[in-house]
Amino acid sequence: MANRVAIIGVGQTYHTSKRPDVCIPELCNEAIRAALKDAELTIKDIDAVVTGNMELFEGRYHQDLWQVDYVGSYHKPGFRVTTGGTTGGTLACTAFFCSASGLFDVVMAVTFEKQSEGDSRAGLKTVADPLWDRWISTGAIGTFARLGTWYMKESGATEEHAALVRLKADRNACLNPHAHLKLHLNTVEDVLKSEMLVPPLRRLDMCPTSEGACAIIVASEKKAKKLSRKPVWVKDWVEVHNEMRYNRGDPVSLENLEKAALTIYKRNGITNPRHDISVAEIYEPSTWAELVWYEAFNFCDKGEAYKLIERGATNRDGEFPVNPSGGVIATNPIGATGMIRVAEAALQIRGDAGAHQVDREVKRTFTTAWGGSSWTVAHLLSKTLD
Amino acid sequence: MSRRVGIVAVAQTEYEEAKPAWREAEITYQIVEKLLEETRLSFAEDGTGIDATVTCSSDHWDGRTLSDIPHGEVSGAHLRAEEKVSSDGINAVIYAYLQILSGHYDVVLAVTTCKESQTVGHIIENLAFDPVYQQKIDLDFLAAAALQANRYIHKYGITPEQCARVVVKNRSNAKNNPVAQLRKPVSMEEVLNSTMLAYPLRSLEAKPVSDGACGLILASEEKAKKLTKKPAWIVGMGQCYESHYLGDRDLAECDTLSLAAKRAYQQAGITNPLRDIDLAEISEYCSYQELLWSEGLGFCEKGEGGKLIDKGVTQIEGKMPVNPSGGVLSGNPTLVAGTTRVAEVALQLMGKAGARQIPKARTGLAHGTYGPCGQHHAVLVLQA
Repeated sequence: MANRVAIIGVGQTYHTSKRPDVCIPELCNEAIRAALKDAELTIKDIDAVVTGNMELFEGRYHQDLWQVDYVGSYHKPGFRVTTGGTTGGTLACTAFFCSASGLFDVVMAVTFEKQSEGDSRAGLKTVADPLWDRWISTGAIGTFARLGTWYMKESGATEEHAALVRLKADRNACLNPHAHLKLHLNTVEDVLKSEMLVPPLRRLDMCPTSEGACAIIVASEKKAKKLSRKPVWVKDWVEVHNEMRYNRGDPVSLENLEKAALTIYKRNGITNPRHDISVAEIYEPSTWAELVWYEAFNFCDKGEAYKLIERGATNRDGEFPVNPSGGVIATNPIGATGMIRVAEAALQIRGDAGAHQVDREVKRTFTTAWGGSSWTVAHLLSKTLD
Repeated sequence: MSRRVGIVAVAQTEYEEAKPAWREAEITYQIVEKLLEETRLSFAEDGTGIDATVTCSSDHWDGRTLSDIPHGEVSGAHLRAEEKVSSDGINAVIYAYLQILSGHYDVVLAVTTCKESQTVGHIIENLAFDPVYQQKIDLDFLAAAALQANRYIHKYGITPEQCARVVVKNRSNAKNNPVAQLRKPVSMEEVLNSTMLAYPLRSLEAKPVSDGACGLILASEEKAKKLTKKPAWIVGMGQCYESHYLGDRDLAECDTLSLAAKRAYQQAGITNPLRDIDLAEISEYCSYQELLWSEGLGFCEKGEGGKLIDKGVTQIEGKMPVNPSGGVLSGNPTLVAGTTRVAEVALQLMGKAGARQIPKARTGLAHGTYGPCGQHHAVLVLQA
């Protein structure tokens, strides 16, 4: 049984497509200041600082070194952990491991992405094996076009359902002061008007290229009770990685997502996720992914996800709110994205999410990060310790 | 602290100037294969196997985003937990240690791999410097080390001979290490007459280009005792970051390392390192660093690193043998170097160090560092 830890502070920058006014460490500094303020702590209270982002996106080697003087890790212990798109989710786990270890009481984790300072598409293409797969690698857009085509065929869903996912995300994002895309869309037609990238994927089916940073502060059980009025308890976390084979021929790979969710449900007695979880913040890089992930995470039966979105079940005021923050299709500073899910879930549990707070008590949240070859990290947060 | 954690098995490849026949992941697999064979563990998920994997590699050195995809594939990450620590490999071991301490896992595999031969390290290292002030003046870790060596020599009167003596000692130790890359001893004259790379550092005073990998399996006390008769227990851990800008630091000092060591010593109950520790494996990417890091680790007073080697204290038959394996100077890849230090100390404490075995080794220290002039230091204290 793991030692218990809690999230006692969260902070984010606002997210947008370009932040020429700050350098990378300055961007991270904004997030850690926000997290410290939220936790009502100073940097002196922090025992270790862990950092991460997409390693090759901005081209920096050992990025943590340049950040030292800006994220408060000077003369402190720390790690740099990178796992691609899941980095933000993994870094949350890093902070959980560190404070649960008993060696550190209070740990701060900070993640970011500043995509205008690199070439993300080039970075994504080199994920593929240089001998076997790189010549057919297409980055994210091809992957999600294939997912959309596959899902339509499997389930009978239509483009309109994907558009409904964007409409939901946009309504939520417009209420979230940190969100990147706030498009004020009104109808399905507004979404279907957007440019076709690779059929069936339109521009508004995809996440934006965002810049921003996110930080969380995690404390051991004893410290959390002492330091925080509203600690958010970390019940469990799980990471599921996989090998990559573009040429293996599978249309989609959902086994990671399914296993992550199943493991965490089983260990924590969750039999009916829609009932047992109050809010989910999942890493959906595309509208189609949100639909397919609903099924992979067992929020509904296979082939039923589009019906959930059709009847508004996952709206902010629906029976099972998913991504009340606006989610990843509204905001995606990749390295930070997984951690934003955790931070937003913690705010929902505390009741501090502001305009995008869901309209009921949030007892338990399910958050995920996604990346790599469908790698999945999942966390379960809780309002109470037991 | 809630539970004890031990190292139950270690594996190293032979370190070579180049391994053109093997891809990065194939090198990793050579390690995993050895570890599984030795421990008879599998990646079973019923609580009898390895619970999680920590890899350490670099997108830059491997030339691909998510370098842990291929490394994970061969180290048990098929539908399982894997995390990549992207810094010196000692931190991958520390990460695995924390994972077990947390109670989340019982048995963790940590493996570090780097193939330096297939790219130009200078370009990669230059990208570690901030792009506004330091990157533009074309610094790499060797050039930064040369600045540090000059400052250290100037402030404390360290002589070229004292620095060269480190090389002679370590290369002499390496002849007893079957996996070391440079197993041929060198003389003082050879070191002092070798090509000047960056004043005052000569070619034999810097680590060679190297390919290879090193891995370990760590386990909770209960599991460790079942897996091996003689685990090497982790009894102290310390890490510390230094400021990034070289101009903000006195490069002749390594207070950061002292802080990391202090944390580790406190946990391990060490009050007099020279007396309480039987051997040390420390990361000397350049000759002078073994002297300077020895000061930081408290083996001698500030500025006394030169005298320490003159007195023979750190020789293999001395009071405190430093780098009986031959050290980084005898050839370890960057990133891998820190993991190798832990592995070598563990081998010594397990009594498996062969011709380089230090008799009656009970307590050992492993040190890893990365970044210009030792910007991040990590220390592990191990006990038999």
